[in-house]
Amino acid sequence: MRRVAVTGVGAISALGTGAPAFWSGVVAARSGVRRITNFDATGFLAQVAAEVPVYDPTAYYDDTEREMLDRFAQFALVATAEAWRQSGLTLAEGERDRAGVSIGSAMGGAVTQDERYKKLYGEGGTRAHPFSIPRIMNNAATSHISMRYGLRGPAMAMATACAASAHAIGEASEMIRAGRADVMIAGGADAPIAPGIVRCWEAMRVVAPAPADGPSRACRPFSRDRLGMVLGEGAGILVLESWERATARGARILAELAGYGATADAEHITQPGTRSPARAIAIALEQARLAPTDIDYVNAHGTATRLNDITETAILKIAFEDHARKLAISSTKAVHGHAMGASAALEAIATILALGEGVIPPTANYTEPDPECDLDYVPNIARPKPIGAAISNSFAFGGLNAVLAFRRA
Amino acid sequence: MADDIERQVIEAIAKKKKLDPATVTVASTFEELGLDSLDAADLMFTIEDTFKILVPDQAALTMKTVGEVVGGVRQLVAQRADGASAS
Repeated sequence: MRRVAVTGVGAISALGTGAPAFWSGVVAARSGVRRITNFDATGFLAQVAAEVPVYDPTAYYDDTEREMLDRFAQFALVATAEAWRQSGLTLAEGERDRAGVSIGSAMGGAVTQDERYKKLYGEGGTRAHPFSIPRIMNNAATSHISMRYGLRGPAMAMATACAASAHAIGEASEMIRAGRADVMIAGGADAPIAPGIVRCWEAMRVVAPAPADGPSRACRPFSRDRLGMVLGEGAGILVLESWERATARGARILAELAGYGATADAEHITQPGTRSPARAIAIALEQARLAPTDIDYVNAHGTATRLNDITETAILKIAFEDHARKLAISSTKAVHGHAMGASAALEAIATILALGEGVIPPTANYTEPDPECDLDYVPNIARPKPIGAAISNSFAFGGLNAVLAFRRA
Repeated sequence: MADDIERQVIEAIAKKKKLDPATVTVASTFEELGLDSLDAADLMFTIEDTFKILVPDQAALTMKTVGEVVGGVRQLVAQRADGASAS
Protein backbone atom coordinates (compact mmCIF):
# COMPACT_ATOMS: atom_id res chain seq x y z
CA MET A 1 0.00 0.00 0.00
CA ARG A 2 1.37 3.42 -0.96
CA ARG A 3 1.94 6.10 1.68
CA VAL A 4 0.49 9.59 1.49
CA ALA A 5 2.45 12.79 2.17
CA VAL A 6 1.03 16.23 2.93
CA THR A 7 3.23 18.73 1.12
CA GLY A 8 1.17 21.91 1.28
CA VAL A 9 -1.61 23.53 3.29
CA GLY A 10 -3.75 26.60 2.70
CA ALA A 11 -6.36 28.18 4.95
CA ILE A 12 -8.82 31.04 4.96
CA SER A 13 -11.03 31.38 8.00
CA ALA A 14 -12.28 33.68 10.72
CA LEU A 15 -8.66 33.83 11.84
CA GLY A 16 -7.67 35.53 8.61
CA THR A 17 -6.19 34.63 5.26
CA GLY A 18 -3.32 32.17 5.14
CA ALA A 19 -2.27 29.17 7.19
CA PRO A 20 0.16 31.26 9.31
CA ALA A 21 -2.70 33.56 10.43
CA PHE A 22 -4.84 30.49 11.09
CA TRP A 23 -2.17 28.76 13.15
CA SER A 24 -1.23 31.83 15.19
CA GLY A 25 -4.91 32.38 16.08
CA VAL A 26 -5.35 28.72 17.00
CA VAL A 27 -2.25 28.64 19.21
CA ALA A 28 -3.02 31.99 20.88
CA ALA A 29 -6.64 30.89 21.53
CA ARG A 30 -7.67 34.12 19.80
CA SER A 31 -11.26 33.74 18.68
CA GLY A 32 -12.31 34.99 15.26
CA VAL A 33 -15.99 34.98 16.25
CA ARG A 34 -17.57 38.40 15.81
CA ARG A 35 -20.92 40.06 15.21
CA ILE A 36 -22.36 39.04 11.86
CA THR A 37 -21.50 41.51 9.11
CA ASN A 38 -22.21 39.44 5.97
CA PHE A 39 -25.85 40.55 6.27
CA ASP A 40 -27.99 42.62 8.63
CA ALA A 41 -28.70 40.20 11.47
CA THR A 42 -30.98 42.54 13.41
CA GLY A 43 -33.66 40.45 15.08
CA PHE A 44 -31.79 37.17 14.62
CA LEU A 45 -31.13 34.90 17.60
CA ALA A 46 -27.71 34.12 16.17
CA GLN A 47 -25.96 37.47 16.26
CA VAL A 48 -22.45 36.12 15.98
CA ALA A 49 -20.53 34.02 13.50
CA ALA A 50 -16.98 33.12 12.54
CA GLU A 51 -16.80 35.15 9.33
CA VAL A 52 -13.68 35.59 7.24
CA PRO A 53 -12.50 39.09 8.22
CA VAL A 54 -11.47 41.83 5.76
CA TYR A 55 -12.05 39.70 2.69
CA ASP A 56 -12.06 41.69 -0.55
CA PRO A 57 -12.87 39.46 -3.53
CA THR A 58 -11.67 42.13 -5.98
CA ALA A 59 -8.15 41.54 -4.67
CA TYR A 60 -8.29 38.01 -6.08
CA TYR A 61 -10.73 37.95 -8.98
CA ASP A 62 -11.73 40.29 -11.82
CA ASP A 63 -15.38 41.14 -12.62
CA THR A 64 -15.82 38.24 -15.01
CA GLU A 65 -14.37 35.69 -12.59
CA ARG A 66 -16.47 36.96 -9.69
CA GLU A 67 -19.65 36.57 -11.74
CA MET A 68 -18.95 32.84 -11.89
CA LEU A 69 -17.69 32.26 -8.34
CA ASP A 70 -19.78 32.00 -5.20
CA ARG A 71 -18.03 32.95 -1.98
CA PHE A 72 -17.33 29.29 -1.10
CA ALA A 73 -15.57 28.61 -4.41
CA GLN A 74 -13.60 31.85 -4.03
CA PHE A 75 -12.39 30.68 -0.62
CA ALA A 76 -11.45 27.27 -2.04
CA LEU A 77 -9.32 28.89 -4.75
CA VAL A 78 -7.61 31.25 -2.30
CA ALA A 79 -6.64 28.35 -0.03
CA THR A 80 -5.58 26.19 -2.98
CA ALA A 81 -3.23 28.90 -4.26
CA GLU A 82 -1.52 29.00 -0.87
CA ALA A 83 -1.24 25.23 -0.52
CA TRP A 84 0.01 24.85 -4.10
CA ARG A 85 2.64 27.55 -3.58
CA GLN A 86 3.86 25.93 -0.37
CA SER A 87 4.08 22.48 -1.96
CA GLY A 88 6.31 23.78 -4.76
CA LEU A 89 4.41 21.41 -7.02
CA THR A 90 4.98 21.39 -10.77
CA LEU A 91 3.23 18.91 -13.04
CA ALA A 92 4.43 17.66 -16.39
CA GLU A 93 1.66 17.44 -18.98
CA GLY A 94 1.30 13.67 -18.60
CA GLU A 95 1.12 13.91 -14.80
CA ARG A 96 -2.03 16.01 -14.97
CA ASP A 97 -4.07 12.90 -15.81
CA ARG A 98 -3.00 11.46 -12.45
CA ALA A 99 -3.63 14.59 -10.38
CA GLY A 100 -7.11 15.07 -8.96
CA VAL A 101 -9.33 17.17 -6.73
CA SER A 102 -11.55 16.22 -3.80
CA ILE A 103 -13.41 19.02 -2.04
CA GLY A 104 -16.06 18.83 0.65
CA SER A 105 -18.83 21.36 1.06
CA ALA A 106 -21.97 21.06 3.12
CA MET A 107 -23.86 23.90 1.48
CA GLY A 108 -22.12 24.74 -1.81
CA GLY A 109 -23.04 28.16 -3.19
CA ALA A 110 -25.30 28.98 -0.28
CA VAL A 111 -25.01 32.76 -0.44
CA THR A 112 -25.82 32.77 -4.15
CA GLN A 113 -28.82 30.50 -3.60
CA ASP A 114 -30.08 32.67 -0.75
CA GLU A 115 -29.71 35.90 -2.75
CA ARG A 116 -31.27 34.49 -5.91
CA TYR A 117 -34.24 32.96 -4.06
CA LYS A 118 -34.82 36.24 -2.24
CA LYS A 119 -35.14 37.99 -5.61
CA LEU A 120 -37.58 35.35 -6.83
CA TYR A 121 -39.75 34.77 -3.77
CA GLY A 122 -39.22 37.97 -1.83
CA GLU A 123 -39.06 40.56 -4.57
CA GLY A 124 -41.38 39.04 -7.18
CA GLY A 125 -38.63 38.26 -9.65
CA THR A 126 -39.33 35.84 -12.48
CA ARG A 127 -35.83 35.25 -13.86
CA ALA A 128 -32.60 34.02 -12.33
CA HIS A 129 -29.19 34.77 -13.77
CA PRO A 130 -27.89 31.97 -16.04
CA PHE A 131 -24.77 31.57 -13.90
CA SER A 132 -26.87 30.72 -10.84
CA ILE A 133 -26.59 26.94 -11.18
CA PRO A 134 -22.85 26.91 -11.94
CA ARG A 135 -22.32 29.10 -8.85
CA ILE A 136 -24.61 27.13 -6.52
CA MET A 137 -23.63 23.57 -7.46
CA ASN A 138 -21.74 21.76 -4.73
CA ASN A 139 -18.98 20.67 -7.10
CA ALA A 140 -18.19 24.23 -8.24
CA ALA A 141 -15.09 24.49 -6.04
CA THR A 142 -13.78 21.14 -7.28
CA SER A 143 -14.32 22.12 -10.91
CA HIS A 144 -12.72 25.55 -10.62
CA ILE A 145 -9.63 24.07 -8.94
CA SER A 146 -9.44 21.41 -11.62
CA MET A 147 -9.73 23.99 -14.41
CA ARG A 148 -7.36 26.54 -12.90
CA TYR A 149 -4.55 24.02 -12.28
CA GLY A 150 -5.25 21.73 -15.22
CA LEU A 151 -5.88 18.64 -13.06
CA ARG A 152 -7.52 15.88 -15.08
CA GLY A 153 -7.44 12.94 -12.68
CA PRO A 154 -10.25 11.83 -10.35
CA ALA A 155 -12.29 14.84 -9.22
CA MET A 156 -15.17 14.71 -6.77
CA ALA A 157 -17.25 16.70 -4.32
CA MET A 158 -18.26 15.43 -0.90
CA ALA A 159 -21.46 16.63 0.69
CA THR A 160 -21.29 14.88 4.06
CA ALA A 161 -22.20 17.98 6.05
CA CYS A 162 -19.86 18.72 8.94
CA ALA A 163 -17.54 15.85 7.99
CA ALA A 164 -17.44 16.72 4.27
CA SER A 165 -13.80 17.73 4.10
CA ALA A 166 -12.66 14.81 6.29
CA HIS A 167 -14.30 12.46 3.80
CA ALA A 168 -12.87 14.51 0.92
CA ILE A 169 -9.32 14.28 2.32
CA GLY A 170 -9.74 10.65 3.35
CA GLU A 171 -11.11 9.50 0.00
CA ALA A 172 -8.38 11.49 -1.79
CA SER A 173 -5.77 9.59 0.26
CA GLU A 174 -7.43 6.32 -0.78
CA MET A 175 -7.08 7.37 -4.44
CA ILE A 176 -3.34 7.79 -3.92
CA ARG A 177 -2.99 4.57 -1.89
CA ALA A 178 -4.84 2.62 -4.58
CA GLY A 179 -2.56 4.04 -7.27
CA ARG A 180 -5.36 5.84 -9.09
CA ALA A 181 -3.73 9.24 -8.57
CA ASP A 182 -0.31 10.54 -7.54
CA VAL A 183 -1.38 14.02 -6.47
CA MET A 184 -4.69 15.15 -4.94
CA ILE A 185 -5.83 18.64 -3.98
CA ALA A 186 -8.13 17.87 -1.07
CA GLY A 187 -10.04 19.85 1.51
CA GLY A 188 -13.24 21.75 1.98
CA ALA A 189 -14.98 25.08 1.60
CA ASP A 190 -18.21 26.61 2.79
CA ALA A 191 -19.72 30.07 3.13
CA PRO A 192 -23.09 29.55 4.79
CA ILE A 193 -23.52 32.90 6.58
CA ALA A 194 -26.68 33.92 4.71
CA PRO A 195 -29.99 34.95 6.31
CA GLY A 196 -32.04 31.95 5.18
CA ILE A 197 -29.46 29.42 6.34
CA VAL A 198 -28.81 31.11 9.67
CA ARG A 199 -32.58 31.09 10.32
CA CYS A 200 -32.70 27.35 9.60
CA TRP A 201 -29.80 26.73 12.00
CA GLU A 202 -31.51 28.83 14.67
CA ALA A 203 -34.55 26.56 14.41
CA MET A 204 -32.49 23.58 15.57
CA ARG A 205 -31.76 25.39 18.85
CA VAL A 206 -28.10 24.52 18.80
CA VAL A 207 -26.64 27.91 17.81
CA ALA A 208 -24.98 30.10 20.45
CA PRO A 209 -26.52 33.53 21.13
CA ALA A 210 -24.24 36.54 21.55
CA PRO A 211 -22.80 36.19 25.06
CA ALA A 212 -22.77 39.13 27.47
CA ASP A 213 -18.98 39.00 27.67
CA GLY A 214 -18.48 39.50 23.93
CA PRO A 215 -18.80 37.57 20.64
CA SER A 216 -15.36 36.01 20.98
CA ARG A 217 -16.66 34.05 23.99
CA ALA A 218 -19.57 32.47 22.10
CA CYS A 219 -18.04 29.07 21.35
CA ARG A 220 -16.99 27.12 24.48
CA PRO A 221 -16.36 23.49 23.63
CA PHE A 222 -16.26 21.00 26.52
CA SER A 223 -16.85 23.81 29.03
CA ARG A 224 -19.84 23.38 31.35
CA ASP A 225 -21.11 26.90 30.55
CA ARG A 226 -21.22 26.15 26.80
CA LEU A 227 -23.76 28.08 24.73
CA GLY A 228 -23.91 26.04 21.54
CA MET A 229 -22.21 26.03 18.19
CA VAL A 230 -21.13 29.05 16.15
CA LEU A 231 -21.48 29.01 12.37
CA GLY A 232 -18.34 29.79 10.45
CA GLU A 233 -17.00 29.98 6.91
CA GLY A 234 -13.77 29.52 5.04
CA ALA A 235 -11.69 26.89 3.30
CA GLY A 236 -8.88 24.53 4.11
CA ILE A 237 -6.86 22.80 1.38
CA LEU A 238 -4.16 20.13 1.52
CA VAL A 239 -1.79 19.03 -1.21
CA LEU A 240 -1.54 15.25 -0.94
CA GLU A 241 1.11 13.30 -2.84
CA SER A 242 2.29 9.75 -2.96
CA TRP A 243 5.20 9.44 -0.57
CA GLU A 244 7.58 8.31 -3.32
CA ARG A 245 6.70 11.25 -5.58
CA ALA A 246 7.15 13.74 -2.75
CA THR A 247 10.48 12.31 -1.62
CA ALA A 248 11.76 11.88 -5.19
CA ARG A 249 11.32 15.58 -5.90
CA GLY A 250 12.75 16.56 -2.51
CA ALA A 251 9.52 18.15 -1.30
CA ARG A 252 9.21 19.26 2.28
CA ILE A 253 6.75 16.79 3.83
CA LEU A 254 4.63 18.45 6.51
CA ALA A 255 3.13 15.21 7.84
CA GLU A 256 2.06 11.76 6.75
CA LEU A 257 -1.66 11.19 6.27
CA ALA A 258 -1.39 7.71 7.67
CA GLY A 259 -4.95 6.54 8.15
CA TYR A 260 -8.59 7.21 7.41
CA GLY A 261 -11.65 5.65 8.95
CA ALA A 262 -15.23 6.23 7.81
CA THR A 263 -18.36 4.77 9.37
CA ALA A 264 -22.06 5.51 9.74
CA ASP A 265 -24.17 5.36 12.90
CA ALA A 266 -27.30 4.20 11.05
CA GLU A 267 -29.30 5.49 14.01
CA HIS A 268 -30.49 9.08 14.06
CA ILE A 269 -30.59 12.04 11.66
CA THR A 270 -29.06 14.50 14.14
CA GLN A 271 -28.04 12.77 17.38
CA PRO A 272 -24.54 11.31 17.34
CA GLY A 273 -23.89 7.71 18.27
CA THR A 274 -20.83 6.35 20.08
CA ARG A 275 -20.06 2.88 18.73
CA SER A 276 -19.61 3.80 15.05
CA PRO A 277 -17.52 6.93 15.64
CA ALA A 278 -15.24 4.89 17.93
CA ARG A 279 -14.99 2.29 15.17
CA ALA A 280 -13.97 5.04 12.69
CA ILE A 281 -11.10 5.91 15.03
CA ALA A 282 -10.10 2.24 15.26
CA ILE A 283 -10.15 1.85 11.47
CA ALA A 284 -8.00 4.97 10.97
CA LEU A 285 -5.48 3.72 13.53
CA GLU A 286 -5.41 0.26 12.02
CA GLN A 287 -4.70 1.61 8.52
CA ALA A 288 -2.00 3.84 9.99
CA ARG A 289 -0.55 0.86 11.92
CA LEU A 290 -0.77 2.94 15.06
CA ALA A 291 -1.72 1.63 18.49
CA PRO A 292 -4.16 3.74 20.52
CA THR A 293 -1.27 4.48 22.89
CA ASP A 294 0.72 6.02 19.99
CA ILE A 295 -1.76 8.90 19.76
CA ASP A 296 -0.73 12.04 21.65
CA TYR A 297 -3.25 14.55 20.36
CA VAL A 298 -6.90 14.50 19.28
CA ASN A 299 -8.35 17.43 17.39
CA ALA A 300 -11.94 16.92 18.47
CA HIS A 301 -15.09 17.52 16.49
CA GLY A 302 -15.94 19.65 19.57
CA THR A 303 -18.88 21.71 18.36
CA ALA A 304 -19.73 23.05 21.85
CA THR A 305 -23.21 21.58 21.85
CA ARG A 306 -23.97 19.56 24.98
CA LEU A 307 -24.80 16.47 22.96
CA ASN A 308 -21.56 16.56 20.94
CA ASP A 309 -19.20 17.27 23.80
CA ILE A 310 -20.54 14.55 26.08
CA THR A 311 -20.90 12.00 23.29
CA GLU A 312 -17.43 12.70 21.90
CA THR A 313 -15.95 12.24 25.37
CA ALA A 314 -17.66 8.84 25.55
CA ILE A 315 -16.44 7.97 22.04
CA LEU A 316 -12.83 8.68 23.01
CA LYS A 317 -13.18 6.50 26.11
CA ILE A 318 -14.48 3.62 23.99
CA ALA A 319 -11.79 4.01 21.32
CA PHE A 320 -8.81 4.63 23.61
CA GLU A 321 -9.87 2.92 26.85
CA ASP A 322 -7.36 3.80 29.62
CA HIS A 323 -5.23 5.87 27.23
CA ALA A 324 -8.14 8.35 26.84
CA ARG A 325 -7.06 10.04 30.07
CA LYS A 326 -3.55 10.57 28.71
CA LEU A 327 -4.70 12.17 25.44
CA ALA A 328 -4.38 15.88 24.86
CA ILE A 329 -7.75 16.80 23.30
CA SER A 330 -8.79 20.16 21.94
CA SER A 331 -11.49 21.74 19.85
CA THR A 332 -10.18 24.55 17.69
CA LYS A 333 -13.78 25.37 16.68
CA ALA A 334 -13.75 27.73 19.67
CA VAL A 335 -11.68 30.12 17.55
CA HIS A 336 -12.57 29.33 13.90
CA GLY A 337 -16.19 28.38 14.47
CA HIS A 338 -17.98 25.56 12.73
CA ALA A 339 -17.09 26.26 9.13
CA MET A 340 -19.31 23.36 8.01
CA GLY A 341 -17.70 21.58 5.05
CA ALA A 342 -14.44 23.49 5.64
CA SER A 343 -14.19 22.53 9.30
CA ALA A 344 -12.50 19.17 9.03
CA ALA A 345 -9.92 20.51 6.58
CA LEU A 346 -9.10 23.46 8.83
CA GLU A 347 -8.83 21.06 11.77
CA ALA A 348 -6.64 18.71 9.75
CA ILE A 349 -4.34 21.69 9.12
CA ALA A 350 -4.30 22.49 12.85
CA THR A 351 -3.37 18.84 13.49
CA ILE A 352 -0.64 18.80 10.81
CA LEU A 353 0.90 22.03 12.11
CA ALA A 354 0.67 20.76 15.70
CA LEU A 355 2.72 17.72 14.64
CA GLY A 356 5.24 19.86 12.79
CA GLU A 357 5.61 22.52 15.46
CA GLY A 358 5.37 20.29 18.52
CA VAL A 359 2.66 22.47 19.99
CA ILE A 360 -0.76 21.26 21.08
CA PRO A 361 -3.46 23.82 20.26
CA PRO A 362 -5.68 24.72 23.20
CA THR A 363 -9.46 24.71 23.60
CA ALA A 364 -10.23 28.42 23.90
CA ASN A 365 -13.03 29.80 26.07
CA TYR A 366 -12.82 26.91 28.51
CA THR A 367 -13.92 28.23 31.88
CA GLU A 368 -15.71 25.51 33.81
CA PRO A 369 -15.09 21.76 33.94
CA ASP A 370 -18.11 19.66 33.01
CA PRO A 371 -18.43 16.49 35.10
CA GLU A 372 -19.64 14.68 31.97
CA CYS A 373 -16.56 15.81 30.02
CA ASP A 374 -13.73 14.67 32.25
CA LEU A 375 -10.73 14.34 29.93
CA ASP A 376 -7.81 16.70 29.22
CA TYR A 377 -9.13 19.38 26.85
CA VAL A 378 -5.98 21.55 26.98
CA PRO A 379 -7.84 24.57 28.33
CA ASN A 380 -6.97 27.99 26.92
CA ILE A 381 -3.19 27.71 26.77
CA ALA A 382 -1.20 25.96 24.05
CA ARG A 383 1.06 23.20 25.29
CA PRO A 384 4.52 22.69 23.81
CA LYS A 385 4.96 18.94 23.49
CA PRO A 386 6.48 16.68 20.84
CA ILE A 387 3.67 14.80 19.11
CA GLY A 388 4.34 11.58 17.25
CA ALA A 389 0.85 10.95 15.94
CA ALA A 390 -2.55 12.59 16.13
CA ILE A 391 -6.10 12.15 14.90
CA SER A 392 -8.77 14.59 13.80
CA ASN A 393 -12.41 13.66 14.40
CA SER A 394 -15.40 14.74 12.32
CA PHE A 395 -18.92 13.56 13.07
CA ALA A 396 -21.61 14.87 10.74
CA PHE A 397 -25.34 15.24 11.15
CA GLY A 398 -26.96 12.08 9.90
CA GLY A 399 -24.41 9.95 11.75
CA LEU A 400 -21.61 10.07 9.15
CA ASN A 401 -18.20 9.81 10.78
CA ALA A 402 -14.72 10.38 9.38
CA VAL A 403 -11.43 10.24 11.24
CA LEU A 404 -8.02 11.18 9.83
CA ALA A 405 -4.81 9.93 11.42
CA PHE A 406 -1.57 11.85 10.88
CA ARG A 407 2.01 10.93 11.74
CA ARG A 408 4.92 13.33 12.14
CA ALA A 409 7.06 13.36 9.01
CA MET B 1 -33.67 53.92 -31.92
CA ALA B 2 -32.27 51.29 -34.29
CA ASP B 3 -28.74 52.66 -33.94
CA ASP B 4 -29.15 52.79 -30.24
CA ILE B 5 -30.13 49.10 -30.02
CA GLU B 6 -27.16 48.11 -32.13
CA ARG B 7 -24.80 50.21 -30.03
CA GLN B 8 -26.10 48.81 -26.74
CA VAL B 9 -25.93 45.18 -27.92
CA ILE B 10 -22.37 45.66 -29.15
CA GLU B 11 -21.36 47.36 -25.92
CA ALA B 12 -22.84 44.53 -23.84
CA ILE B 13 -20.93 41.91 -25.83
CA ALA B 14 -17.69 43.89 -25.79
CA LYS B 15 -17.91 44.32 -22.02
CA LYS B 16 -18.53 40.64 -21.38
CA LYS B 17 -15.74 39.43 -23.61
CA LYS B 18 -13.37 42.33 -22.78
CA LEU B 19 -13.21 43.44 -26.42
CA ASP B 20 -12.84 46.84 -28.03
CA PRO B 21 -16.41 47.71 -29.16
CA ALA B 22 -14.93 49.00 -32.42
CA THR B 23 -13.93 45.43 -33.32
CA VAL B 24 -17.51 44.12 -32.91
CA THR B 25 -19.86 44.54 -35.86
CA VAL B 26 -23.32 43.25 -36.79
CA ALA B 27 -21.56 40.72 -39.02
CA SER B 28 -19.52 39.26 -36.12
CA THR B 29 -20.49 35.72 -35.18
CA PHE B 30 -20.59 34.41 -31.62
CA GLU B 31 -17.89 31.97 -32.61
CA GLU B 32 -15.58 34.76 -33.83
CA LEU B 33 -16.18 36.68 -30.62
CA GLY B 34 -15.55 33.63 -28.41
CA LEU B 35 -19.10 33.55 -27.04
CA ASP B 36 -19.99 30.04 -25.92
CA SER B 37 -23.50 28.87 -25.06
CA LEU B 38 -23.21 29.97 -21.42
CA ASP B 39 -21.93 33.41 -22.51
CA ALA B 40 -24.89 33.63 -24.88
CA ALA B 41 -27.33 32.85 -22.03
CA ASP B 42 -25.62 35.54 -19.96
CA LEU B 43 -25.90 37.99 -22.88
CA MET B 44 -29.65 37.27 -23.21
CA PHE B 45 -30.10 37.94 -19.49
CA THR B 46 -28.38 41.33 -19.81
CA ILE B 47 -30.30 42.20 -22.95
CA GLU B 48 -33.63 41.33 -21.34
CA ASP B 49 -32.77 43.71 -18.49
CA THR B 50 -31.48 46.47 -20.76
CA PHE B 51 -34.44 46.49 -23.14
CA LYS B 52 -37.15 45.29 -20.74
CA ILE B 53 -38.05 42.40 -23.01
CA LEU B 54 -38.29 38.62 -22.68
CA VAL B 55 -36.35 36.68 -25.30
CA PRO B 56 -38.12 33.35 -25.92
CA ASP B 57 -35.85 30.26 -25.62
CA GLN B 58 -36.35 29.35 -29.27
CA ALA B 59 -35.28 32.80 -30.46
CA ALA B 60 -32.34 32.91 -28.05
CA LEU B 61 -31.06 29.52 -29.23
CA THR B 62 -31.07 30.48 -32.91
CA MET B 63 -29.09 33.73 -32.50
CA LYS B 64 -25.52 33.14 -33.63
CA THR B 65 -24.45 36.60 -34.84
CA VAL B 66 -24.55 40.12 -33.45
CA GLY B 67 -26.87 41.10 -36.31
CA GLU B 68 -29.35 38.37 -35.32
CA VAL B 69 -29.36 39.62 -31.74
CA VAL B 70 -29.90 43.21 -32.86
CA GLY B 71 -32.69 42.12 -35.22
CA GLY B 72 -34.34 40.00 -32.56
CA VAL B 73 -34.18 42.77 -29.99
CA ARG B 74 -35.56 45.28 -32.49
CA GLN B 75 -38.53 43.00 -33.15
CA LEU B 76 -39.21 42.34 -29.45
CA VAL B 77 -38.92 46.03 -28.58
CA ALA B 78 -41.38 46.85 -31.37
CA GLN B 79 -43.82 44.17 -30.15
CA ARG B 80 -43.55 45.58 -26.65
CA ALA B 81 -44.29 49.08 -27.98
CA ASP B 82 -47.30 47.74 -29.97
CA GLY B 83 -48.57 45.93 -26.89
CA ALA B 84 -48.21 49.07 -24.84
CA SER B 85 -50.07 51.24 -27.36
CA ALA B 86 -52.83 48.65 -27.82
CA SER B 87 -53.56 48.38 -24.12
